[in-house]
Formats: sequence, C-alpha cells, structure tokens
Amino acid sequence: MAQAPALPTGFELPLEPRLPRIGSVDQVAVEARATDLSRRSIKREAKLFALDLAVRMMDLTTLEGADTPGKVAALASKAMRPDPSDASIPSVAAVCVYPNLVQTARERVGDSGVKVASVATAFPSGQSPTDLKVAEARRVVELGADEVDMVIDRGAFLAGRYAKVYDEIVQVKEAIGETHLKVILEVGELGTYDNVRRASLLAIAAGADFIKTSTGKLSSSATLPVTLVMLEAIRDVFEETGRRVGMKPAGGIRNAKQAVQTLVLVHETLGLDWLTPDLFRFGASSLLNDVLMQIRKEKTGKYQSPDYFTID
Amino acid sequence: MAELEQRGDRTPAPAKWEYASAPESREIVNLQERYGLFVGGEFIEPRSGEYYRTLDPSSEEPLAEIPQAGAEDVALAVSTARDAFEDGWSAAAPAERAKYLYRIARILQERSREFAVLESLNGGKPIRESRDVDLPLAAAHFFYYAGWADKLEYAFPHRRPKSLGVAGQIIPWNFPLLMLAWKIAPALAAGNTVVLKPAETTPLSALLFCDVLRQAELPPGVVNIITGDGATGAALVKSDVDKIAFTGSTEVGKAIQRELAGAGKKLTLELGGKAANIIFDDCALDQAVEGIVNGIYFNQGHVCCAGSRLLVQESIYEPLIEKLKRRLTTLRVGDPLDKNTDVGAINSRQQLEKIEELVAAGKEEGAEIYQPPCRLPEKGYWFIPTVFTNVAQSYRIAQEEIFGPVLSVLTFRTPDEAIEKANNTPYGLSAGVWTEKGSRILWMAQRLEAGVIWANTYNRFDPASPFGGYKESGFGREGGRHGLEPYLDFDGAEAFGG
Repeated sequence: MAQAPALPTGFELPLEPRLPRIGSVDQVAVEARATDLSRRSIKREAKLFALDLAVRMMDLTTLEGADTPGKVAALASKAMRPDPSDASIPSVAAVCVYPNLVQTARERVGDSGVKVASVATAFPSGQSPTDLKVAEARRVVELGADEVDMVIDRGAFLAGRYAKVYDEIVQVKEAIGETHLKVILEVGELGTYDNVRRASLLAIAAGADFIKTSTGKLSSSATLPVTLVMLEAIRDVFEETGRRVGMKPAGGIRNAKQAVQTLVLVHETLGLDWLTPDLFRFGASSLLNDVLMQIRKEKTGKYQSPDYFTID
Repeated sequence: MAELEQRGDRTPAPAKWEYASAPESREIVNLQERYGLFVGGEFIEPRSGEYYRTLDPSSEEPLAEIPQAGAEDVALAVSTARDAFEDGWSAAAPAERAKYLYRIARILQERSREFAVLESLNGGKPIRESRDVDLPLAAAHFFYYAGWADKLEYAFPHRRPKSLGVAGQIIPWNFPLLMLAWKIAPALAAGNTVVLKPAETTPLSALLFCDVLRQAELPPGVVNIITGDGATGAALVKSDVDKIAFTGSTEVGKAIQRELAGAGKKLTLELGGKAANIIFDDCALDQAVEGIVNGIYFNQGHVCCAGSRLLVQESIYEPLIEKLKRRLTTLRVGDPLDKNTDVGAINSRQQLEKIEELVAAGKEEGAEIYQPPCRLPEKGYWFIPTVFTNVAQSYRIAQEEIFGPVLSVLTFRTPDEAIEKANNTPYGLSAGVWTEKGSRILWMAQRLEAGVIWANTYNRFDPASPFGGYKESGFGREGGRHGLEPYLDFDGAEAFGG
C-alpha cells in the first residue's frame, strides 16, 4: 500500500481529479427530502421484502463494558438463527463486538456465514495515539475479525487537521489488508451536514469499504437526513469513479418502520444495487426483535406477544 | 417478492422492489349525481337549465353533473350578494367576521381528508400534495385573514379602510380549493360579500365548501358559488360587482382588463409565468436537484409560478443534468389517490393537447428531449415528466407557458447573464436562485423582475407572504397584509400623509 500523499493544511483533499467536488449540503432542503421519502407507504409484500432484507443486512451489536463471553455467545446464536420458530428467517449479516470478545464470537458463529465485526481504534472516542490504534486494528484481525469498524479522530477533524484523519484511515487499511473496513464518522459530533459530507468523502478517499454514521454512544446518530447526506456522497463517488462504497447507519434505528424508511432512502437514492448486505448494513441491537415481530405480523395478520421473541 | 440476480460470489442485489399500491380510500367522499348553484345559502337549479359533466381526469370517469350558470343566474347571485352586503354583513362587527373565518378554517382542518381526496379525484393531483400542501395551506389562509378582520385600521395606519361591496372572483383549476381560500378569506376579512366561480373542470371542492359555509353558519348570501365555463366568467365580469379578482391565463386576463377599462371596478389579475430557476455552481447540488423537481413537476407543472426555465451555470451543467435525469427515473407517475404517487394526471384533455403541441414544437425547433422510462395508465390524461436540453432563448418552449411537466434547460456563464436571460420574458411572476452565497442571493433579488423570489427552495407558500406578478403576470398581491388592500377602499386616502 502506497504512502499517503502529503496534504496542505487547508481543505485540499488528495481527491482524484475525477472525484466529485466536495460541495455543500442545504440543511432545510435535505431534511425536507428525507421527510418526504419517509412518507412512502410500504405495505404487504413490499414491506415483507424490506423486513427480510433488513434481517439479512443486520450487524447485531453489543458494545457494553459489561459484555461477557456468555452474552456474546447468546448474541451469536441469535445472529445465526434469529427466529427458531420460523425457518424462513435468514441469519443476520454479522455480529459486532469489542476486541476482547472477537474470539468468543468467532468460535460460536463458526462457518455459518455470519461475519464477526470488531470495533477498533480506541472506540468510541478515537482519542489515542495513531500507532496504538493501528496496532489494535491489526490485532482484532489476528483474533479472527472479518470486519473492522474503526472510528475517525473527530478531535482532529474538528480542528481542521483533515490530513491526520486521512492518514490514520490509510494506515489502518494498510494494517488490516483485505479485511473489510467500516469507518465510523460519529456524525453526532460533527455538528453540520457539510461536515458529514466532507468526512464521508474523506473516509472514502482514504479507502473505506463502508462509511458508518455512529458509535451508538451518542443520542444523536443515524437520522434519515444524515443517512441521506452520506448516501448522496456515496452516489457522487460512484457516478464519478464507478467505485461502490457501502453504508451503515448505526444507533437510533430501533424499530422496523425506521428500518423500512431507511431502505426506501437507499432504494431511491442509490437504486437496487445497494440493497444487499455487501453494500448496506444496519448497526443495531434492539431492532432485530421488532423486525421479527413485524414479519410474523405480516405473515399471520396478528401481533404476537414480545414474550415469543428471544431476548439475548 | 423480488427475483434475484446472481452476480459473482457476492450477495446478489434484488432485481426489483415494487411498492405495493397504497390508495387512499374514496369512501370518505359522498358525491351527488347533480349539483346546484349555491346562492343565498341554498343550492338552486340554474335558470339556464343547462348542465355539464365533470370528470376524474385520471380515468375519464364522469363524477357529477354541474350547472352551467347563464347571465340570469350570475345576475341573481350578484344581487343576492349585494343584498347580503347591505342587509348586515357590511355593518357586522369586525370580530364577528373573524369568528366565521376561524370557524371555516377549523372545519377545513377537521374535514381535510375528505377535501384532499375530492381534490385529487376531480383535479388529478397526487393525494400526497393535496393532503400535505393544498389543504393545510387553504386552512392557514382562513386562519391568517381571520386575524386581520378586526385589525384593518392597524393594517393601514392613517388611512380609513372601507369594504368595497361585492367581489366577483374567478379561479383556476390547478389549486381549486387553495385558490378559493386565497380569494374568499381576504374578501370576507375586509367586509365584502362574494360571488365566486370555480374553474370549469374542477368545481367539486368549491361545491363541497358550500357545506362548510353552512356548517359555519355564515349568513346566507355572503358567499355564493356559481359554476360554468368561460361564458359564465365573462358574465360575472360584466355584472354589477365592485371588484373582479381573476387568477388564470394571461390571454383571459387581458380580455378582462379590456372589458373593465373605464368601468370603475377594481381589478386584480394573477396570470401566467415562465419562471427562471437559476442554479449557480456553488449551490448544494443534490438539494438543488430536488428544488428543480419540485419547481416543475409539483402538481404536474400546473403551477403559474412553476420553475419552467432552468438556467444552469455552464460549469456545473453536466453533473447537474446527470443528477436530474437520474432523479426523474425515481418519479412515480400514476393513480393520484395512491399515497406513493409523485406525479398525477393532467387536468384535462384540452390541457394535455396544449402540452403535446408545445412539446412537438420543442422537438421540431431542435431541442433535445429526455423522458424517463415510464408506464402510463391507459385511460385518463397523462404526460411523462420531460426535460428539454439544448434549448435556445428563442424557442417557443423557452418563451411560452407550457403549464405541464416540461422543463426547458438553458445555460449562463455569469450572474449578469443570468439576470439578463431570466428577465428576458413578458412574464414576471416568480424566480428561484440557488447559491451558497448570501450576498449573491440579495444581489440577484434586487435585479430579478419577479414578484416572488425563492432562495435555495422553490414553490413554498405562506399566507403571510404576498404573492403576485410583474409585467404580463398581472398586478395586485394576494396573501399577507398586501392581500387585503385590493378588497378595500380608503377614505381620504393619502390626505393623512400616511
């Protein structure tokens, strides 16, 4: 992997000439557009289709100080077989855990096809020296992670030190090789949609396979307008270069309705090509059970008690 | 369920995701087979004895029979309004007038679903728009002018406002109920009585509105609704009214102005437009694309202030047009009552023919046409959302109002050139400016000859904001404090030095 090019201190990203201009985002208009799209009425077979997709796209997540091997093993089982009473429910895309629990998750999911994702780079704050962050990313891959969810250094970003943010992503990418890299922007700390767009393009330029909204540790996370802004950045990169970058909203998506609204956003912004777990994931913990409940409601016409869905 | 398309060893993307149809129920609307003229608080049979059929433009299915009011009917409605004015309405306490306006506003809110469905049924506009735009705004206009009714002296300090008498009002088919609200609310707030004629093709919401008036217990004769075609409108213009307010085509507006020359009647005209929507290269691009779409495809482009001429800075032309074309492929054209429909039916066969004629002219003149792949229903009046690129200022599609979902794209290089091209039209109703630079917005707004200028948005309305045109787009303002003025006389007007 080549050394990251040196950057001037301004906002001159090392974007290829063919990459889109950075541009700006109009807050009022982007929020209005997201609201408009959230009003699409998705019913019956169209809804069932979206709910099934939402399960297959899920990164089932637990990121607590109190996580134990027992907790993670249970989560991994749920990931492979979300609804034991309905064989048509697919397994989720991945389980997402802290580095110390990667091995437990790895052993439990085995060769089921469910991936193991680990957060890294001093998650959630990212406030550690670069070499430690790079070492941590390398180590989680050794421990068996298929995917690494790294955080950007928001302190550096907000101080205008974009080159540092960029370099770190490049170094982490280099350290983990072919392992799938998701870059968390932590949009709740970026303050403006303009910053979300800049950080998205910067992460993509530095080599992110996916861009991800949030750590889940803040109250402000994967809102529809934020997701839309990031999807539009992905679309601009695709239109200019043909490169497909994935998207992962995380945090704040707690019910099936929000998940369906988000998928409508993806469908009408990026088209059908992005409606696959290869290019779109939901980062969530409590979302899965609501989706399962809605699927059963669509199939049987009745709501069932939450007691029928396992808590893991 | 979607069919899956295999692509290497990756997880395949689905081949399609069709949204299941989500129609709003028609059940809430009770249509009569035949309607009467609403005069003096009652539905009466027309003395003309004539009726015509009103249709659902999305299916060409007849909905009801509507009276064709003749000169005698018009005269009766006007004299009824005159009596109501003299017998009490002009002397009623201003707060009383406010009371009725508040009631009307509340009832419209309560019955908004019913009105929204009817508006989409008779006019062809998507339910999403009638539900989220037409109805809330119509109610807002009544609320807004209710507030002014007992504060007219404060609206015009040092002038003594006085009501005019009977206002004759003629409204178009593009926003039937909203245009009714724009006309009736200020007229009543100012203490006048009204004879209103809805458009020939879209009379039903105005007729349902009569029911609201009765529910609000508005005194009989204060508002009279007469239906019919252009001949009815012409009779109303010639009748014994004190004021004519007209919204519609520039051609008819000119005829009205000729007719009223020297007649001593007050007149306001809100006519056509060919608005420039101006895109600078520093704008927020994706949001500008949304604004362009909202500017020209909102209500099938049946909007007098539609952003029908897109002026794009040449440096941003290619990516912008690419984005716009892509966005057009996601527009959902079809059943107006489906909650997912973005673009509904063209209002009438006549209008469809006019659009087709101008689009044919555009192709012939050498403009390049783009239409997204789109399956239109077999029955009804439909037109695919269309973009013309390579348009010269001299083409008819750059000069004439199409009043349909057809956008003409032109380019410019500098702000001066943008102004020059934008103003180079007989119209002057509205304009849009898209730039991140606040100072440029102000610079442009000072130079654009248009009554309404939107910055980084388009087709936004608020009852507090005056609306009206320059040049052949008409005169007089509707909305805001300014909207009261055409419905008032002022004693010793400027003598107070106000």
